[in-house]
Amino acid sequence: MARMIINGTPRDIEVDPDTPLLWVIREQIGLTGTKYGCGVAACGACTIHIDGVATRSCVLPVSAVEPDQQITTIEGLSPDSSHPVQQAWLALDVPQCGYCQAGMIMAAAGLLMQNPNPADEDINAEITNICRCGTYNRVRAAIKLAAKGGEATQRG
Amino acid sequence: MNAIISISRRSFIIGAASTAGGLSLGFNVPFIKPALAETAETAPEINAWVVIRPDDTVVIRIARSEMGQGTLTGLAQLVAEELNCDWSKVTTEYPSPAQNLARDRVWGNFSTGGSRGIRESQEYVRIGGAVAREMLIAAAAAEWGVPASECTARMGMVTHAASDRATFYGQLAAAAARMTPPANVTLKDPKDWTIAGKPLPRLDTADKLNGSQVYGVDLKLPNMLNAAIRACPYFGGKVESFDAAAVAGMPGVRTVVQVDETAVAVVADTWWRAKTALDALPIVWDEGPNRQVTSASIAAMLEEGLGANDAFIGATQGDAGAALSAAGRTVTATYAFPYQNHATMEPMNATALYTPERCEVWVPTQNGEASLAAAAEAAGLPVQQCEVHKIHLGGGFGRRGNFQDYVRQAVGIAKQVPGTPVKLMWSREEDMLHGAYHPTTRCRLTGALDADGNLTALHMRISGQSILAAVRPEGMQNGMDPVVFQGLVLAGTEGTLGYTVDNLLVDHAMRNPPIPPGFWRGVNLNQNALYVECFMDELAHAAGVDPLAFRRKLMANHPKHLAVLEAVAERIGWDTPPAAGVHRGLAQIMGFGSYVAAAAEVSVTDGQLRIHRIVAATDPGHVVNPAQVERQVEGSFVYGLSACIYGECTVNGGRMEQENFDSYEVLRMAEMPEVETIILPSGGFWGGVGEPTIAVAAPAVLNAIFAATGKRIRTLPLKNHDLA
Repeated sequence: MARMIINGTPRDIEVDPDTPLLWVIREQIGLTGTKYGCGVAACGACTIHIDGVATRSCVLPVSAVEPDQQITTIEGLSPDSSHPVQQAWLALDVPQCGYCQAGMIMAAAGLLMQNPNPADEDINAEITNICRCGTYNRVRAAIKLAAKGGEATQRG
Repeated sequence: MNAIISISRRSFIIGAASTAGGLSLGFNVPFIKPALAETAETAPEINAWVVIRPDDTVVIRIARSEMGQGTLTGLAQLVAEELNCDWSKVTTEYPSPAQNLARDRVWGNFSTGGSRGIRESQEYVRIGGAVAREMLIAAAAAEWGVPASECTARMGMVTHAASDRATFYGQLAAAAARMTPPANVTLKDPKDWTIAGKPLPRLDTADKLNGSQVYGVDLKLPNMLNAAIRACPYFGGKVESFDAAAVAGMPGVRTVVQVDETAVAVVADTWWRAKTALDALPIVWDEGPNRQVTSASIAAMLEEGLGANDAFIGATQGDAGAALSAAGRTVTATYAFPYQNHATMEPMNATALYTPERCEVWVPTQNGEASLAAAAEAAGLPVQQCEVHKIHLGGGFGRRGNFQDYVRQAVGIAKQVPGTPVKLMWSREEDMLHGAYHPTTRCRLTGALDADGNLTALHMRISGQSILAAVRPEGMQNGMDPVVFQGLVLAGTEGTLGYTVDNLLVDHAMRNPPIPPGFWRGVNLNQNALYVECFMDELAHAAGVDPLAFRRKLMANHPKHLAVLEAVAERIGWDTPPAAGVHRGLAQIMGFGSYVAAAAEVSVTDGQLRIHRIVAATDPGHVVNPAQVERQVEGSFVYGLSACIYGECTVNGGRMEQENFDSYEVLRMAEMPEVETIILPSGGFWGGVGEPTIAVAAPAVLNAIFAATGKRIRTLPLKNHDLA
């Protein structure tokens, strides 16, 4: 039995402690927005937040998560797609096939929490998720747009 | 997409109710009945393409698949344009392949490949919209007792100005559905478009921002089991034996089954448990006849073809052989293009529910009708007893069209657990080892230059693999694969060579290694553009002529090819020097009915390549959504440069060596150049957009690398070369 807090809700899960967190989220909690892309933490499709830090969940055993840690998935980033990153994504119509985008959005939101005004080099270093359709330039622009929105909110 | 949104809207979570092993599993329960039944119950169908609900919502049926390319939005724009409806009220849904069959293929071809989604269906979907509009007008006219010619339709409303009456489409739909469709309609001139031709936002964005978009891998059905599969990694090999008992007691495992001759699957309550058991399952492979095949042996096979006597002729003009023999000066170079994997982000998957009377499949597919045929064949049932539910694709790129191997496997597994739906998902490793690979070819080019530096003769000998021979033999022409010559032929509307060379021979020595080839976004245009455009650069350099000026001399008869090339040259500032340390390259080609060109600016510092800027131009004749065209062009550089810089599947011991993104790298954010897109629709034809630009990505960059370093890269990928 593992106890975990996902999107603010405590859950008790019967699970083999070696199971990667990704599969607990997708198959046992039933939240399928977080995606499997590689299983070796190479593509970032499985990115979630643990205590606000963007984390690739496909190689992280569920036993490595402490019971009091806050796990946030794309479904829990905001209740109504109102997070500044989601709003920037909508404004720039970023997704194509969309499969990698939950991971992209979670990675971007994680970056902005650590660094509210990232330079291109910061984005290059932190957003290493794979997109095969080719959304990279809009992802970059949307991160910058979200950063501006965040600033405006803080000033306001 | 109405059908798919319905899946998520109807989602519910069955709380902690224990199903298996104490697990708490959520279910996304889609309707089992066909997608269109739901609409038909609540709203009248004006015709096959248009349903209008009483609340004025316009449901537009989309036969082609959406895989990120934006066709869903573009096709809806075309219907809505002729329908004169309110765009803000438009939603979409997929008719199912079985419904298409039952209605005499009223929705035409479902296949979504070859950059044909818009260009091949634009006329009949526009007619569909126009016919529905006329039926709505006729219904209003009949109700008011006025001539239809006095009524106008605009913004989802029919108006009779003389009597000052107006009615919304939603009120007219039921009556309109009973009207006789007009025999003839006149389509609007694209210059009068107000919905089509505009950079409207995609219709399918919102669900992709919050995790609610359901992909095939996300599907949940009541009592569904999950399957992980391993097929023999050796091409041509099969299963010899496996020890199911060794994993039968592992958590969650329900059964271990063989799937045809080549694969073994574990069925369990969750995919992770199925995969864990599969990893522990002892399997002995019959490694088959290809254990000696390596990349080196394939290269040797293709090298032999470069000099072979027999070859299929794709283009010929004058007498290239004689002209080359007589030439004072010739230039020769040999290029090579390796195997590539599609590497869609969503791994191959399909969910199947089989009973002896019926088989249903849920699958992300580029060709729903091919999926249906594969399901029926694998189920051993008449096609009328099968159904395929199409789901949004997490990338397609050609992998999910012709090849329905995952559908056959899913049905093969489901047959062994009848009555229970089984979702099969491939691991990334399975996906990499069982691709439908971009074929490998080589090309030896020999050109003759006269004393003034003019190209007087050119021979392109292509040697290598035919896709059609392996996957669509009915498309072969007397043993020749015509698709091998994409972009290099002298006639037709699909892709002609943009140069006039007095003595020209383009021929193909077919050499088919035992590696399964497939249609990979851009198909054979990718390597053909690399060969001809890099070699043009070599010839220009040998002639001591500027690469643009050298090409221009050969392009007088090819104004559309030249127009896109000149557009990128002008925008990048070809006639003015680049910034210090920055160097430029050019490329152009015609493919999938469109003319495309690219100019690249790169620098190479201590062997480190940096692509600063790309300018791309495309002339697809007509443009339905310029924002989506821009995205396809920009995305083409992600795909094309991934192949150029990293893409290579190598063969050793009869199997692929790359198994995941750690050994099959692709372009990431840090390497993505700025892309400026110039859209130059010249009208008069309809070309494709999703694929052609990929082909100019690599040659534009490689020509710029030559300008920067003096190094001519003739074998992809770049990662194998030292640029220092």
